[in-house]
Amino acid sequence: MAGTAGAGGASRPDPDVAAARIQDLAYGLIRVLGDDALAVGAWDPGLTSTLLLRGLRAMLLTRMFDDRMFRAHRQGKCSFYIKSAGEEAIGAAQSLMLDGGDMCFPTYRMLSWLMARDYPLTDLVNQVFSNAACPLRGRQLPVLYSARSHGFYSISGNLGSRFGHAVGWAMASAYKHDRRIAIGYIGEGTTAEGDFHEALTFASVYRAPVILCVTNNQYAISTYQGIAAGDAPTFAAKAIGFGIPGLRVDGNDFLAIAAATRWAAERARTNHGPTLIELFTYRAEGHSTSDDPTRYRPEREPAAWPLGDPIERLKHHLIRSGDWSEARHAALTQELAEAVRTAVKEGESIGTLGQSKPDARSMFEGVFKEPDWRLREQMREFGG
Amino acid sequence: MPSMNMIQALNSALDVALAGDPDVLIFGEDVGYFGGVFRVTDGLQAKYGLQRCFDTPISESGIIATAIGMGAYGLRPIAEIQFADYILPAFDQLVSEAARLRYRSNGQFWAPITVRAPYGGGIFGGQTHSQSPEALFAHVTGLKTVIPSNPYDAKGLLLAAIAEDDPVIFLEPKRVYNGPFDGRRDQNAKSWVGHPHSEVPAGDYRVPLGKAATVRPGSAATVLAYGTMVHVALAGIEESGADAELLDLRSIVPLDIEAIVESVKRTGRCVILHEASRFGGFGAELSALVQERCFYHLRSPIERVAGWDTPYPHAFEWDYFPGPARVVAALQRVLEN
Repeated sequence: MAGTAGAGGASRPDPDVAAARIQDLAYGLIRVLGDDALAVGAWDPGLTSTLLLRGLRAMLLTRMFDDRMFRAHRQGKCSFYIKSAGEEAIGAAQSLMLDGGDMCFPTYRMLSWLMARDYPLTDLVNQVFSNAACPLRGRQLPVLYSARSHGFYSISGNLGSRFGHAVGWAMASAYKHDRRIAIGYIGEGTTAEGDFHEALTFASVYRAPVILCVTNNQYAISTYQGIAAGDAPTFAAKAIGFGIPGLRVDGNDFLAIAAATRWAAERARTNHGPTLIELFTYRAEGHSTSDDPTRYRPEREPAAWPLGDPIERLKHHLIRSGDWSEARHAALTQELAEAVRTAVKEGESIGTLGQSKPDARSMFEGVFKEPDWRLREQMREFGG
Repeated sequence: MPSMNMIQALNSALDVALAGDPDVLIFGEDVGYFGGVFRVTDGLQAKYGLQRCFDTPISESGIIATAIGMGAYGLRPIAEIQFADYILPAFDQLVSEAARLRYRSNGQFWAPITVRAPYGGGIFGGQTHSQSPEALFAHVTGLKTVIPSNPYDAKGLLLAAIAEDDPVIFLEPKRVYNGPFDGRRDQNAKSWVGHPHSEVPAGDYRVPLGKAATVRPGSAATVLAYGTMVHVALAGIEESGADAELLDLRSIVPLDIEAIVESVKRTGRCVILHEASRFGGFGAELSALVQERCFYHLRSPIERVAGWDTPYPHAFEWDYFPGPARVVAALQRVLEN
């Protein structure tokens, strides 16, 4: 592993710096929150406690919602589920650091982006339950959300193939001279796909205003990150060959993620081009409802992971700063549990998997803007 | 009205599209400064600038991914794939992303992209400059696939394709770029000059997708073709002396099923042509549709004239290419009954 120097150690260049001058940042680790939960160093973003508390709330809500939906799967209420456990800081921090008009091209572990932007919990539940009120009308698996109103592009189960869409979207924004930027995500395992290299090539060639993120959670289902990395010391260092900055960031450190994102966003908005950010994190639980992680990694590894839990780290930082307390945290937890309970009840009142679903005739709609004769005939043939 | 070959007509369509809509962009390999290996984008970068007509890296998947992202933003990109044979690296983008984006997002996002690609054989291009992969796209629900056969249609169909809010694969039969090749390679190459479909309006007009053209009316048999094979079909029909009706499908998705069914019910016989290899080709779908809808009107088995089920064989191009002689033979077979 490349350097995991202590918090505050990394230098913070101006966002218009030449990429070639900051190659060290691709091999180090940008950390702001130290083991003592204090914010230190040049990358401390100096965020208000209000914003940090919004982040904490989004992360906590994500984890509690995930836990409830995972149980719902075990109860047969949904077909499938994927948690973000351990990675909640990424979507929450980046969602809050970017503007409402910016567009996120997410992976399926980015629920905290939506939580930070107050996406309705009942819409999430209805999609997870594939019921009549599913906002995507039952066309997608649970967790493969799409929320244009919340700057959240359509997720699909195939990996990597939207990384280049973020670049194209950003190029379009640049062409239209607006200030909006795109942020795209790919898992460290999927950096082996051509999509990753194609997106970086186009981002570099056209200097697209885009932030490209590798969420390195150490595992592609059961496969450890080395199977994708080979002898490359970091994923951030892959930026160097493309001539763009690569930042390797502690992905469990809300403040470091926020700072790096703000840096890359400023670089993009001032026409200095793309940035690759490796978010070094850890998938604290299994890949999905379909696997048992103890079959392929040491049982005690999650507890031993050195960079800690992102929620605990931000919580302790806020407590040490005097902006938070165990009592208030307990009250927040209770409030969010109630919100999740209410949303689940609403979803259940419409129906869980198999009890309720959208009008099946709607499956013939939306293939094209207007259905052609095949779809019209097949809808008639289907009846329903 | 100006006389144009298909390259000029396509260039004119792109010119009209760029002039009429600032959200139209064109990009692909060698399309900018050089104007494309077949010159279809010639002069457009000089006229509209580097922002609107530009060269890309050699990355078909990257080209289409970029186009989809731009389309999701709200632009109307036109991507060129230098040869249809090279579209396969972008297949995942077209199938898994462009074709499904509208559906899976319940209409929140869509990909109003046009993907142009020179296609088909007859130019001694070997395996990698000759293939006809239209059936691959026709099978993918969510994509439209257009194949013009002449300059007038090429411009009108391309302008209609660009205006579509769904992704369109626009396959340009490169053997008829410069003239209406009818498969008789022993004859001198014809140019489009003087051909009625080379009269192309300079301005904007649309040929709607999903409307077949009756190239030749007839009562004895129906011949279904598109692209270069329209001209081969016409030569074959004339050579056979049969009073066959020839439909140029112009787009295979959407497909003009009404015109096909009306014609076959009237003639009672059907011959289906394409350059692509036969097994699982688009002719199989056409054949199935015709028998499903016209079975009791058919007086003989449906015939397919297609490329053999081999890779496109370089030195054997004219043994492989389904020329007029095979059309004549097929017509004779359907007319035996």
